[in-house]
Formats: sequence, C-alpha cells, structure tokens
Amino acid sequence: MNFDFSDDQKQLRDQARKFLAEKCSPKAVRVVLDGKAPYDKELWKGLAEMGFLGVAIPEEFGGAGAGHLELCVIAEEMGRANAPVPFSSTVYLAAEALLIAGSDTQKKKWLPAIASGEAIGTLALFEGKGNPSRKNIKLTAANGVLNGVKKPVADGAIADFAVVAARTGSSGRDSDISLFLVDLKAGGAEVKSLTNLDPTRGQAEISFKDCRAEPLGAAGDGWSILTQVLDRAAVLCAFEQVGGSDRALEMGRDYALDRIAFGRQIGSFQAVKHMLADMYVSATLARSNSYYGAWALSTNAAELPEAAAAARISATQAFQHCAKNNIQVHGGMGFTWEFDCHMYYRRANAMALGLGSLTYWEDQLIDRMRKKNAA
Amino acid sequence: MNFDDTPQEAEFRATARAWISANAPKQYEDELRKSSLGRTVLKNANILEVAKAWQKKKADAGWACLHWPKEYGGRGSSPIERVIWQQEEGPFGQLSRMFIIGHGMCGPTMMAFAREEHKRTYLPPLASGEKVWCQLFSEPAGGSDVAGLRTRAEKDGDDWVINGQKIWTSGAHYSDYGILLTRTDPTVPKHKGLTMFFLDMKSPGVEVRPIKQASGASDFNEVYFTNVRIPDHQRLGEVGDGWNVSLTTLMNERSAIGAAVSTGFPELFEYCSSLMLDDGPAIEDRAVRSKLANWAVKASGLKYTSMRAISALSKGERPGPENSIGKLVAGSMIQDVATYALDLQGASGVISGEDAELAGRFQAMLLRAPGTRVEGGTDEIMRNIIAERVLGLPGDIRVDKDVPFNKIPTKGR
Ligand SMILES: Cc1cc2nc3c(=O)[nH]c(=O)nc-3n(C[C@H](O)[C@H](O)[C@H](O)COP(=O)(O)OP(=O)(O)OC[C@H]3O[C@@H](n4cnc5c(N)ncnc54)[C@H](O)[C@@H]3O)c2cc1C
Repeated sequence: MNFDFSDDQKQLRDQARKFLAEKCSPKAVRVVLDGKAPYDKELWKGLAEMGFLGVAIPEEFGGAGAGHLELCVIAEEMGRANAPVPFSSTVYLAAEALLIAGSDTQKKKWLPAIASGEAIGTLALFEGKGNPSRKNIKLTAANGVLNGVKKPVADGAIADFAVVAARTGSSGRDSDISLFLVDLKAGGAEVKSLTNLDPTRGQAEISFKDCRAEPLGAAGDGWSILTQVLDRAAVLCAFEQVGGSDRALEMGRDYALDRIAFGRQIGSFQAVKHMLADMYVSATLARSNSYYGAWALSTNAAELPEAAAAARISATQAFQHCAKNNIQVHGGMGFTWEFDCHMYYRRANAMALGLGSLTYWEDQLIDRMRKKNAA
Repeated sequence: MNFDDTPQEAEFRATARAWISANAPKQYEDELRKSSLGRTVLKNANILEVAKAWQKKKADAGWACLHWPKEYGGRGSSPIERVIWQQEEGPFGQLSRMFIIGHGMCGPTMMAFAREEHKRTYLPPLASGEKVWCQLFSEPAGGSDVAGLRTRAEKDGDDWVINGQKIWTSGAHYSDYGILLTRTDPTVPKHKGLTMFFLDMKSPGVEVRPIKQASGASDFNEVYFTNVRIPDHQRLGEVGDGWNVSLTTLMNERSAIGAAVSTGFPELFEYCSSLMLDDGPAIEDRAVRSKLANWAVKASGLKYTSMRAISALSKGERPGPENSIGKLVAGSMIQDVATYALDLQGASGVISGEDAELAGRFQAMLLRAPGTRVEGGTDEIMRNIIAERVLGLPGDIRVDKDVPFNKIPTKGR
C-alpha cells in the first residue's frame, strides 16, 4: 500500500505552488475582486504555458496526458492561492464532460483549445433554486435547438462554450435528459453577469432562444454523464477546498503568533489555540477523504461515487470552518476589506454551493453507502 | 497511490489468514463482532481467560507483538505487516484490548530503558499475554499534570522505598507488573525530580482497590503503596530523568489508543438501515441522513488519516503528534453517536442492558464514552498538543515551572 502522492507528483505540487506564489499574489487576486477585470488573463495564459490546464488531457488532444492525481495536486494549489481564473468550470466540468462523452471531432475541437488557454468552458446545469435533479431541468431541446434559461452558470460571462443540460423527454426517467454543446460566441445565447458571493469567480445567467446546439453523448444519456461529471468535479473541487483550508489555517496561525493582546501573543490563549487545533483537525480529515477520492478518480474505481461524496462533504465543511475561524482569529482586522481573510470566506461559501449544496451530497453519500452495503 | 499489497505483503497476508482461520476461537466470533466500545463481554466464558489463551497461541506460533524484535517475543515485522495482521485478525483483535497498556506502553518503555537481561526476562511473557502489565502514572494530584505526582521513592541501600497512591490504574487488579513514576526529589522543579521504575504488583505493601466507574463496570483501580521495596536495578532511566522516560510512554500511549479507538459509526449506520421510525425507515429520513453523512465523513476521514500515517511509517518516517487527532475526534463522536442512537429509540432508549434494543449496545457505549475523552490525555490536552507541537503555537503559561516542587501551592485558593 502507498496512500500518498509520488515524489514526482509532490514535485509538481511544489512547482505549482511556486508559480502561483509569484503570479497570483493576493494583490493580483484583488484586481478581479475589485471588479477591474473579469478574470486574470495573464495568469490563465501562464497556467496554459506551464501545462497545468491540460495536465489530465491526453496528449493526442493537446494535453500533457499526465493524469488525474497530477490534476489533484494542482487543484490544491489553485485553492491555496485563491486563483481568480475559470479553472474549475473549464478543467473539471467542461473538459471532463468532453473526456467522458465527447465525439472525436468534439474533443479535437475543444480539448486542445482548453489546454492552450484559448477556450474557456463551463457547465450550464442549474435553473434557479435547487440542487442537481432531473426535475429541475426545464430547458428544452428539440431538433438541435435550445430554449430556456440557465442560472447560475459559473464563469458563464467569459466562457466560449457551454455544456448544457436539457430536457428531451417527459417519461419521468433519467433518459429524459440529454447534454448539448453550445458555442456561446456563435449567437443565440444571451449572457448576463450576476453579482455573487465570490467575485473572483463570476456567475452568469444565460438565456437560450432558439439557440443551435450539437448533442454531447447519446440522446438520453445526459443524466448519467452529468452524475459522472459532478462526481469527478467533486473530488477536484475538494482539493481546491483543502488548499484553501490549509491557507486559511496558516493565515490564522501566523496572525496568532504576531498579534499581542494583554501583553501576550494571542496564540498563547487556549481558546485561540484550541480553535486553531480544531481547524487543523477538520482540514486533516478533509485531506484524507480527498486522497481517497483522488485514488478512486485516478483508477476509475467502483468506489468513486461514494468517495467523491465523502470528499465533497468533508472538504466543504473544512473550508467553511477554517475560513470563518480565520476571520475570528483576526478579530476586527479579519472583517476588513483590506485583509485577505474575506477572500477565502467568500470562496469557501461559494464553493459550498457550486456543485449542489451539502444537502444534495449528504443524500448522495447515504444512497451510495446503502447500495454498497446491500451489495 | 494504491492500496495493493506488494507480492511479499500478499504472501504475508495469505499466511496470516490461513493461520487465523485454522486457530482463532471461532465460537466467540459473533459475540466479538457485535460488541462495541464499553461492552466486550462473553456470555459463557471469562474474557480474560479467552484473551490470554488466544494471545498465548499467537505467541507460540510467532504472531504476538509482531513489530517487536524476535528475542523479546515478537516477530520483527514491518509496520505494514502489523497492519495487515490487524486487518486479518478482525474481531478477534478485540481480545487484545486487555493487553493494550502492556503491549502499547509498558513494553516499548521497557525496550527503550530496561537493562538487556530484564528485557529478555520480562518482555516475552508480556508479549505472550502470560503476564499482564499496568501503567501507574496518574494520581489524585497529577492527571493531566502528570508531573504533579506525589508518590515518593526514597533510596535505602540497594532498594528504593515507595510510599503514596496512584489512581485510575487500568487493569491493576489483574496485572502482574507495572511501570511506576515516582518523585525522588521534591526540592527541585517538578519535571526534574521524577524517576521511573518497574515493579512486581505482588510486592508486599501494594494494595489494589477497584473503583466503580460511571458505567458501573470496574476496569480501573486505586493503588496504594506502603513501604514497597523496589531494587535499584528495576529503575528505568536515570534518577531524576523520569519525565523523559514517561514521555516515551505517553507518545506510545497516544498512538496505541488512537489507533484502537472506535467511532460507533458502523454500528449506527447498520442500526439506521433497519430501524423503522413513525414515518418510515430511518435511513430515508432527511434529518437522519444528514446526521449519518456528517459522521460518515468523520469516520472515513479518520480511517484514511491512519492509512496515510501507515504509508509514512512504511517509508521509515516516524509518526508524530498529528496522531492525537484519532482519539480527539473519535472520543466525542462516539458520545454523540450513542446519544443520537438513543434519541432514535425514543422513550425506550432509557432501558439499558439485555432488555434494551440491541442488548443495550448504544447504552453501554454512552456510559463508556466519557472515559475515552479523558483517558490517555483529555480532549483539551490533545488540542494543546496539536496547537503547540503541530502548529507551533506558544505553550501554556506555567506558573510552577521553575518553582521547587515542595514550594508549589496545593490548593485552588
Ligand atoms: C478509562 C480510564 C482509564 C485510565 N487508565 C489509566 C491508567 O491505566 N494508568 C494511568 O496512569 N492513568 C489512567 N487514567 C488516568 C488518565 O490519564 C487521567 O484521568 C487523565 O490524564 C486526566 O487527568 P485527571 O483525571 O486528573 O483530570 P484533570 O487533569 O484534573 O482534568 C480535569 C479537567 O481539567 C482540564 N485540564 C487540566 N489541565 C488542563 C490544561 N493544561 N489545559 C486545559 N484544560 C486542562 C481537563 O481537560 C479536564 O477537563 C485513566 C483514565 C480513564 C478515564
């Protein structure tokens, strides 16, 4: 047994950390946070040049063909740096959907463009309130034409293409749902930016009016593909959340050593020490669950659905826990725009919702555990 | 990243599995499987005898204390082989709980500090379960603050003469030997005046009085020492260096207890899978599912944290203070899980013992759980360890650190 990343993978992590420390300082993040740019274009280009965008894309489609464990270690660093780029929507959602269900032509068209940083992609799934569910998909597709409204769509305002979940049947079964690929720059889709909890990763509303679309995967396979995409993205997002948790803990620890009150470092007060110890505990549990998810993802194991749900829940909780208590450790300073604490607080809470809320994943986990126990 | 056995590991696993299948006391398997924290009882047998017999059988065939050197009764196995053995031993491993203090703490301390001839004499019968050991550290005045202990050891010729009292000593009532931390010099600051020994629990002047616990069971004791004589060659480490020696024990204690502690989650999940509530199956209830999911990820998080630790061990890295999280998380979890299981039982949850749902499994868990949060270092001490040794935060302010022990105030006011 070897339940750890390899030395090469750890080296890649160090490389990504170094690169992001240089190119993605909190100051750079703030350019996007303050609304001066929709995302960090320079950083995006740099990530492409480093080969990070295509790390899990096969070489024949323009990627590095390394694999998903490699993508996990990069994801952790993206989370640590709070990178203001459409990484999760493009790399975890759009690219994974293409890898799972795309035709050769579709893969050849979009995957190399993703790897080189030329194309931003996203998944258009939600339609207002609610979690991933067949019933919540009302947008229709008929004869290759879409009609309906999707929101929120992560990075929708900057995306070049979207994978769109549409209703193509009314049997009340999974087979009612099909996926489509839409070139958002080709007309027919109207995009509006929405303000959101975390401005470093935009959200949009996209209205499709008689919008031309090509099928992604076989008709009626949409729900099963979506479930796979969400599971894979759950593991990858969990690594971003683990990176964010670690960074929030580190910030809290450093501040506790620095700040003096009542003539002592505040880190010498037991209430503060214990709060930080609890942050360490939740970050560690999340990391361990995520490692298991990484193993399942990289080996395409039968355990992936259960492992993904566990990683998702654990990492969501840890990031929220660490981000909020980091502000608490920082006192009033933590509540200012000037300090970086709120960036992680925003990201933690936005990420907690992006793939469906905890309620959804708790249900998934229990269903999957039941199925396994019954088998 | 993989969970596969290497060819050698696979061979070891196959050998272990075959031996266990041919030799384990299978008649108790079901009872052991259904027992949970606080309730390892066998209806028609004395569990200590069953445990000792199984341990002896293992020792004779070379399966006891796998990671210990052969000359001390072990097998010289790698950490991974030890884990494989535990996986294969399954419910029969519960029987080793009787020996956890001896094997997990006293043995390693003896190995690090005893004379060679003592190691060869005392360790093999400890490994084989023929002799049981206990750990005599805690006192009424020194629990979390172990170094605040008052049991005196005074030199008299080649012997030391011990007077004082220990408390919470697990298994002292059936132990043959113990490791004992004493104060040999009260005129220096508290950490500097301690000395460690091992002793025969049958020595004249040792009196063991069982304590009845909150759970009603009596697993631990008060131990009184009246002019007990211990020869100097049974001293572990230098005179005045007992604190350092005890740190070895305590570090081993945390990993031994941390690795063995259960969370109660598998039991709760199984229970909820079959339980019918007023409105239908428990497992389909939204609130129940949410609770279960939250505990599920804690339980799996602990499991994979220990796998990461094992991977580190197998690469030759030493386990560090990060292992404190096992007991910290599992301790309050098992308490919450048991409370919730009783809540699901409604008014009848109040019934315990054989007449209760599942023969009182969760009631027993509830009554044992507070001990888990205290033994081997309280939750608060565990958090201090993580904060100080893992995160590098300042130590607590210690007003008694540089004060001679006999000048430290002994009352709260
Ligand atoms: C089931 C069980 C088995 C045991 N077996 C053994 C055994 O075999 N051998 C043995 O030697 N001992 C044994 N013990 C004793 C155990 O190690 C002590 O009970 C434990 O270390 C706590 O000490 P105490 O009971 O004196 O509590 P105290 O130290 O008096 O603690 C009381 C409360 O104060 C808190 N507290 C104390 N110091 C601090 C601090 N610095 N910061 C914050 N909070 C603090 C504690 O967390 C706790 O909440 C056992 C205990 C139990 C419950």
